[in-house]
Amino acid sequence: MTATLAAAGPGLWARIGASVLQVAAVAVGGPLLLGLMAKVRARTEGRVGPPITQGLFDLRKLVRKEAIRAEHTSAVAAMAPLVLVASAAVAAAVTPLVTTRPAVTGGADVFVVVYLLLMGSVALALGGLDAGTAFGGMGSSRAMTIGAISEPALLVGILALAVQAHTSNLPGIVTASLAHPGWLASPQRLLALAALVVVVIAETGRIPIDNPSTHLELTMIHEAMILEQAGPDLALVTMGEAMRLGLLLGLVANLFFPWGVDGSGGGLAVLIGLVVLGAKATALAALIALVEVSTAKLRLFRVPELLAGGFVLAVVAVTTGLVTR
Amino acid sequence: MRPGAALDVVELAAGVVLAGAVLALWRKDLRALISVLSLQGASLATLAAVLAVHDGDVGLGVVAGVVLVAKGLVIPGLLARVVRADPGSRETAPLVNVPASLVTAAILVVVSYLVAGRLTALFPNALTRLAPLGLATVLVGFFVLVTRRKAVSQIVGLLLVDNGVALVAFLLTAGVPLLVELGASLDVLLVVVVLQVLATTMRARFGHIDLDQLRELHD
Repeated sequence: MTATLAAAGPGLWARIGASVLQVAAVAVGGPLLLGLMAKVRARTEGRVGPPITQGLFDLRKLVRKEAIRAEHTSAVAAMAPLVLVASAAVAAAVTPLVTTRPAVTGGADVFVVVYLLLMGSVALALGGLDAGTAFGGMGSSRAMTIGAISEPALLVGILALAVQAHTSNLPGIVTASLAHPGWLASPQRLLALAALVVVVIAETGRIPIDNPSTHLELTMIHEAMILEQAGPDLALVTMGEAMRLGLLLGLVANLFFPWGVDGSGGGLAVLIGLVVLGAKATALAALIALVEVSTAKLRLFRVPELLAGGFVLAVVAVTTGLVTR
Repeated sequence: MRPGAALDVVELAAGVVLAGAVLALWRKDLRALISVLSLQGASLATLAAVLAVHDGDVGLGVVAGVVLVAKGLVIPGLLARVVRADPGSRETAPLVNVPASLVTAAILVVVSYLVAGRLTALFPNALTRLAPLGLATVLVGFFVLVTRRKAVSQIVGLLLVDNGVALVAFLLTAGVPLLVELGASLDVLLVVVVLQVLATTMRARFGHIDLDQLRELHD
């Protein structure tokens, strides 16, 4: 399957172009999605809220600031933001977001993408530990506690789709689901969708797992990890996190609602794919923001319950996939 | 109805029954458990009705009706009455905490897939292949039964086992005889009624329905 995908279709340069477009879309779209979610929250709470482009303005402001690092930090703190952004960019380049034929189709395996994301999480956690402060360590420890359950759930949830499509190649899964519209309502897909929604909420640090707008150190998870970052480093970390959000939303949208993803590699089709991806990610982000408004943050000790539930749903999804046709 | 659509509905219903069992293990709110049971009952009835229409089997159609009334409406309704008399009641302290029991459920699901795979290999077709889902529901139900303390949660575990058995029966034998299904449904109904009386008496005597605290015999 993979070999035929790689052999036919557009030339190498067109595919590299499509991959670059995907990375750019995630890099610009991620902060915009964050802005959109903040806007939806503000509006439902009766406030005007910052403009949707606020995330991009913040990034520009941070990049212009002086580069400054906490005392006694090692190379780890300098590397962490770079690794985070780089891993997210590579994952965005090979994931079928706009087109099912990005560069290096054969490498776009479920395991590759999940482990690229995991690499980013680990880099961020190490960066939080490096300064040796209490809050950084606490944030890192909490983030790893959550990541230890949510990453397997992400992997197993996507595996449920892989079982159905008979390939663990992400573009292959999207191509197969485009060819079989009847699959979309199959039980394993619905169960996997429920599991992946829990994972996306956990991975992107939204309510009820984490509160992205909190300023109380004791309840922070992600924010506590990046307390020691400033200037361009903070810009990179914020950018990396936004890219992961955009990537995860785009991936879930394309895996479960694959319409509009370009399969031919033509110029116009890629543009249509981009627009449709934007629309799907926007809809998902707005939905998550609406759920956020109406839920309270879980106590930290109850978070593993929610995540373990997501994991079991993913396992049930795989088993259901194995017993159905 | 095209032949594929019937199978789609059956697969979905079987998936919902197993997902319901996991949900019952996940949620602590007793009212949520009762809605899970009623959802499972409705799914089982749908499954039986689809099979009945597909095979043109009138007896199975009647069984579907009995399942809908007994498992979808009457039993959850009776349980809801027990819970309503004890507002705010939750499964406060299960013997195994929720994350651990969910991971156990994942293991049980995989075990039932491995075990039932041998069974379904005897007569493989699209329906019997789904039997592991029913077996997994039975195992998860047993797990709920042994790890929960509240009387209502334990009866929910028993009903999960019963729903799992019914699912396996529908899938493997294309429906149990009407008489057997009637007998089983009445049996379960009787158990729920007995529980209701027990819970009411327990609350009147001790002020709670925690079975784990009943350790000594009194005159």
